[in-house]
Parts: sequence; C-alpha cells; structure tokens
Amino acid sequence: MNNTAAATVDSAPIRERPPASVYGPVAWARTNLFNGILSSIVTLVFGAAILWALYGFIQWGVINAVWWVPATATGALDPTSCRAAHGVGACWAAIHDKWRFILFGRYPYEEQWRAGICIALFLALFYVSADRRFWNKSLAAIWTATLIVIGVLMWGGVFGMVYVPQDEWGGLPITLILSTFGLAFAFPLSVLVALGRRSTTLPAVKILCVTYVELIRGVPLVALLFMANVMLPLFLPDGVNFDKLIRAQVAIILFAAAYLAEVVRGGLAALPKGQAEAADALGLTYWQKTMKITLPQALRLVIPPLVNTFIGFFKDTSLVLTIGILDLLTSSKTAMADPVWQGVSTEIYILIAVIYAAFCYTMSSYSRSVERKLNRSHAR
Amino acid sequence: MSGSTIDPRLANARAAPKRGMQLSWADPVFRSIIWQTLVVGVIVGVIWYLAHNTSRNLEVRHIATGLGFLSNTAGIPIAESLVAYDPATSTWARAILVGILNTFKVAFVGVILATILGTIIGIGRLSKNWLVAKITAVYVETLRDIPVLLQLLFWYGILQGLPGPREFKGSTSAVFLTNRGLRLPSFGWENAHSWALLAFGVGLVGTMLWNRSANRKQDATGTKPAVWPVAVGLMIGLPVLVWAALGAPFAVEYPVLKGFNIVGGNTVTPEYFALLLGLVLYTASYIAEIVRSGIQAVPKGQWEAAAALGLHPGSVLKLIVLPQAMRVIIPPMTSQFLNLTKNSSLAVAIGFQDIVSISGTMLNQNGQAIEGVGIIMLTFLVFSLSISLFMNWYNARIALVER
Repeated sequence: MNNTAAATVDSAPIRERPPASVYGPVAWARTNLFNGILSSIVTLVFGAAILWALYGFIQWGVINAVWWVPATATGALDPTSCRAAHGVGACWAAIHDKWRFILFGRYPYEEQWRAGICIALFLALFYVSADRRFWNKSLAAIWTATLIVIGVLMWGGVFGMVYVPQDEWGGLPITLILSTFGLAFAFPLSVLVALGRRSTTLPAVKILCVTYVELIRGVPLVALLFMANVMLPLFLPDGVNFDKLIRAQVAIILFAAAYLAEVVRGGLAALPKGQAEAADALGLTYWQKTMKITLPQALRLVIPPLVNTFIGFFKDTSLVLTIGILDLLTSSKTAMADPVWQGVSTEIYILIAVIYAAFCYTMSSYSRSVERKLNRSHAR
Repeated sequence: MSGSTIDPRLANARAAPKRGMQLSWADPVFRSIIWQTLVVGVIVGVIWYLAHNTSRNLEVRHIATGLGFLSNTAGIPIAESLVAYDPATSTWARAILVGILNTFKVAFVGVILATILGTIIGIGRLSKNWLVAKITAVYVETLRDIPVLLQLLFWYGILQGLPGPREFKGSTSAVFLTNRGLRLPSFGWENAHSWALLAFGVGLVGTMLWNRSANRKQDATGTKPAVWPVAVGLMIGLPVLVWAALGAPFAVEYPVLKGFNIVGGNTVTPEYFALLLGLVLYTASYIAEIVRSGIQAVPKGQWEAAAALGLHPGSVLKLIVLPQAMRVIIPPMTSQFLNLTKNSSLAVAIGFQDIVSISGTMLNQNGQAIEGVGIIMLTFLVFSLSISLFMNWYNARIALVER
C-alpha cells in the first residue's frame, strides 16, 4: 500500500453506481441472454418464436374470438358467427353454452347443485388432508364421513332429493370419485401388499404379493379397464352384475394399489433397520411394531412420491374414456359432438387441460413444499 | 475353537435346545403355517369360484374357448401394417401379429424420439441462457400436468382439422401434411443400397477397432493417433465407393396430387402421427426431469476437479460427468420407457390399430374375452420384460466398478 495514495483519498465515501456492464438490466441481459454468439442467436430465435406464438394466440383467442352468440327466435343459440370465425378466432361462446354439460355430464340439470357441492366437498377434503394438523386418527373419520356425504348427495333418494342413478353421473365429479375413492381403497390395500412383500416369515404371502404387483405393473391400465369391462361379468355368477362405473373403479383400485405398494415398500426399505430391531427388543408384537414404529415413519418418508403417484392416477382416470364412462374428458368429447358447435374442439380441450393442470399443479407444488419441510427437519 | 472360549463366563454356555414345532399359537412357526394356509386357501377358493362361474357363463352364452379362432379368417380391415395383410384371406393370428408389430412400431420409435427430445430439454433446463431455461421449465411443468390421453386427442383433433388434399392443388411441395396424414417422398431401395449399408456396417466395426487400438496406444505412449480420418474414410468413403461401383442408382418418388388425393411417396397416417407426437411430447417432459436431476446429482466438485486437471469441457462431460449421471438416470429412465410402451395402448382411443385395438375388436366379435385379454397382457409382459432386461444389462455395463 502506498501511503501517499491513501492520504489523498477523501474521507467521504465515494457513492457511485456500479458500471452498467456489471449491474442492472443491461448487465443481466448480457450475462443471461446474450452471453456469447451462440447464446445470442438462440435467444433471438426463441424470443421471436415466442412473440410470434403469443401474437397468434392473442389474435385467435382474444381479438378474433367470438364470446357471445345471439339466440334465435326459438330460443336456441345461433352459431353462425362462430362458424364464420372458424380457424381464425376461438369460439368461447360454445363453452358458455356447454360448461354445465362438461362439468356435470348428464346429471339432471335442476339437481346439478348437488354435484357442485360434491366437487366443493372433494376440494375441502384434499385441503384438510394436506394440513399436518389433521395427520392423526381423525383423518380417517373425516374421509369416511365426507365420502358418505358425497355418496348421499350424488345418489339422493333421501331428504327429499331426487334419486339419480349412476349412469346419469358425469363430468368432474366422476373424475374426482374415481381418483379419490380409488385412493381411499387402494392405499390400505397397498400397505398390506407392501408389508406382505417384505414379509420374511410368510413366503407364500410374499410370492402372492410379488406376483400381484409385477403382473399389474406389467400391463397397461387400458387393458385392465378392458378386462374389468368384459371379463368381470364372466367371473360373477348369473344375475349378479355391477355397474360399469364400479367395474372401472375396481380396476383403478387394483391398478393404483400395485403402484402405491411399491412406493410404500420403498419407504419401509429406507427406514433404518435399528427401528424395527429396537421394537422387537422391546417385545412389541408384529402389528404393534408396524403400526406404532415402522409404518408411521416410513409413510412420512414417502409423502412426496405418494403425492406424485396420486397425480398420475388423477390423470389416468381419463383413460375410462376407452370404456365409455362419462368422466371429465369423455363429457367434453361428447360436448364437442354437438352438431350446433361443430368444429369447436381446441377451445374445449384447452378448458379441460386447464382444469386438469390446475389440480395437478396444486398437488405437485404441495408435494415440493412437503419435501422441502422434510429436508429441513432432516438437515443437521 | 473347541476347548477355549473367548470369554471365560461363556465356558458353561450352551446353545438353546432345538425344539420341534409345537402345535400352539405361541409358536411362531406354527402361526406362520396357519396364516399362510389360510391366505393361500382363500385365494385358491376365490380363483376356483371365479373359474367355475366363468365356465358356466361361457357355456350359457355359447362362447367357444381355446385358441382355435386364431386360424379363422379375421375379416376386419386394418389401415396400416408392417406385414402383408388382406382382410378377406388373412387369419386372426395374422391380424394379431399386425397389432403386435404396430405396438412395437409406436413403442420403438417413441422411445428413441422421447429420449432425444427429453435429453435436449433436460439439458436446456440447466442452460445458462435464461430464456432457454424458462421455456424448457414451462414445457415440462405444462405437459406433465395434462393427461396424455387428452394430449393425444388434442393432436389428433388438430391433424384432422388440417385442410384436405384437394386444397393443395398446384402445390409443388415435396412434403404434404393434410388431414389424411403426412406424405413424404419415398426412396427407391435397390441392391446397391443394401451393399452400401453393409459397407457402412463394416466401416463402423473397423472404426471401432481402430479407436480401440488408438486408445491402447494412448495408454502406452501418451499420444493418441487421429481417429477421424479413419472414421470418415471407412464410414462415409467406403459406402459411397461401393454405391458408385454398383452404378450409383438414385431414385426418389415424390408425392403428387392426382384427382382428390395425393399419390406416391410414403404415408404417415394421422393416427400414428398423433399417437407418436402425443406420447413423445408427454414422455419427453418426464425424461427431461430425469436427465436434469441426474446431471445435478453429480457433485460440483467433480466438474471443478476435472476442469482443474485441464480437461476440455467436452471431455469433462464425456469422461467425468455423464458416466456418473448415467447411474442415476438409467433406473428411472427404464420405467419411463415402460410407461411409454404401456401408454401406446391409448391408440385405441384414436383408432390406431395396435394390439389392444385389434384384440378388442376380436373379443367383441367372438366373445372370447379371456383369450383376448390374455393376448394383450402377454404382449405387454413380453415387451416390458425385454425393456427391463435390456436396460438392466446396460445398467450393469455402465455401473461404477467398485473395489
């Protein structure tokens, strides 16, 4: 250090902004967007493509779109302006006309408030289940109570509500029923299968569980739904016949249980062996050990993959389209077949995609937040 | 050890006496035998009951059993097939073979394309370019959250909404994308091309051998002889020479508009195109996440140490990072390949005739549900097992060798 130089420095600190080359939006763009020739070219090409796509979408979805169509003298809607805009602008008027059918299917129009309440109940059930304060015995009671209330609301026939048979149900409630009831039944089954697969004292049970899991995981869900649809009636004695919805539900439960069992087994395997050994040393029975020591810890470890698996099933329930059950996707396909709104498909697909994505995105961001919390408690 | 014990206190210790199994609930062996007998008994009972019902139901409905139907004439039209098929004369066995090959066609091409696209997007998410990282992140988050069936239907709807062939009148394009599918120029395959392909194979093997000897020389002397001139000569020069020596035949048939349709060239049907597009775009979003997390799983110190050793950035990736990332990537990648193969069964929703669709048609016609579903399950089990075996073999090959 040169003393003379130090002496000339003024006592007041120099307040000067850093040069634009290291600080501010220009510098940010230089390091993150135009860092080198290749990076600049990529940025320009992608940026242009995005702007072009965005421009096209706004032209189609907003500027040239038809939001309302006038009603004719007979009260029916007149889709002429929509047909004229076909290919140039979106026909949101069709969604305005069809959204009740897409959401609730063929459920009687006057009774659709019941299906609406069911959707709200499902959402509340998910919300409560996500809260750690309810992760105890009360959760099972809440699930049982809610699912019973939903069943009563959907079927009706009591408290002055009109009876609605299952083949009139449709839309979002069917999707939620298939996935939620599927989870409610598949989860306990999967825990049993996972325990059976890890059993050391019951080799016959272990072989059964391995066969079940590997067989189900080896075939596509479409094949299982097919099987449930055409083979279940053959398996049952004469006169006994389940509704199509229940057959599909059984297939989804069996399918989900096999995948969930593998997740649970992963959690059980990840748990340090000392936990089970300590429980044995204390003289706990098998079920005491499992229910009080190993299973609670194992399940806590696998919450994120469990949620991811559940997201998978939520999406996979759309496969019931192949056997003709009127879930959210099938009801939207049916809505598209309406001759009045001929050619309106992209708009409806976008609506359905947004609904599915909203559910899945919420669940996956929840799974990520749980993962972060778990990691925090594991960190030392 | 006889005679001397480690601990003097154990001198008088003896092993616990061996007892036989006791017929008491307190005996764990007895308990486990009772439990297993019970479970197996219940399962066998249920299966027997179902089988009994089934055989009676089949009898009542006059449905034949057995695989005899396979030699009957199928009579169903099949839009696309890799082997010769004629609805009037071909048997059900042939139709099912067509279905299996169609499933294979989707799964095989789909796995390859999804891996390529997924890897590019996965690396894109790690890009230093903010725009690229954001676009790929949005791609992954959006496509993963929408059911694959919805995506298939969406693409199929778009392809069906394309203008018909007659609207391309006067167009001189070599590639047509119409509502009847994608038409590409076809290439006249002749003997000379087969020989050139063979020459390419020979060149490939030769290059690999040369590369190996060059590596050996590098290990011994420290300098590696150039590989690329040999590679160019053997893999490009040799096939071109063979092709030229056999008269250099070259014929391309372009699709042209005739009347109301486009003729000539090769067609990719809209069903196959939509199925492939949907499956590849969807699976790529999962593969991208696998690739990204695999690369991120390699500790930063590995990159830094490799750079400190003076390795070229390409070599860092090839020699240090990828071999370690692959160990993390391969197992989840295997399950994505299996998922894509299983999801190819969604073809049934858009009318592509894969094994599920053809077996479904069959069991609707003759009612032989058990045989039909059995064929589907067997096909997918064979596909799944083959993929698993191949990936396990590959995984074992690239696994880190530890002492």
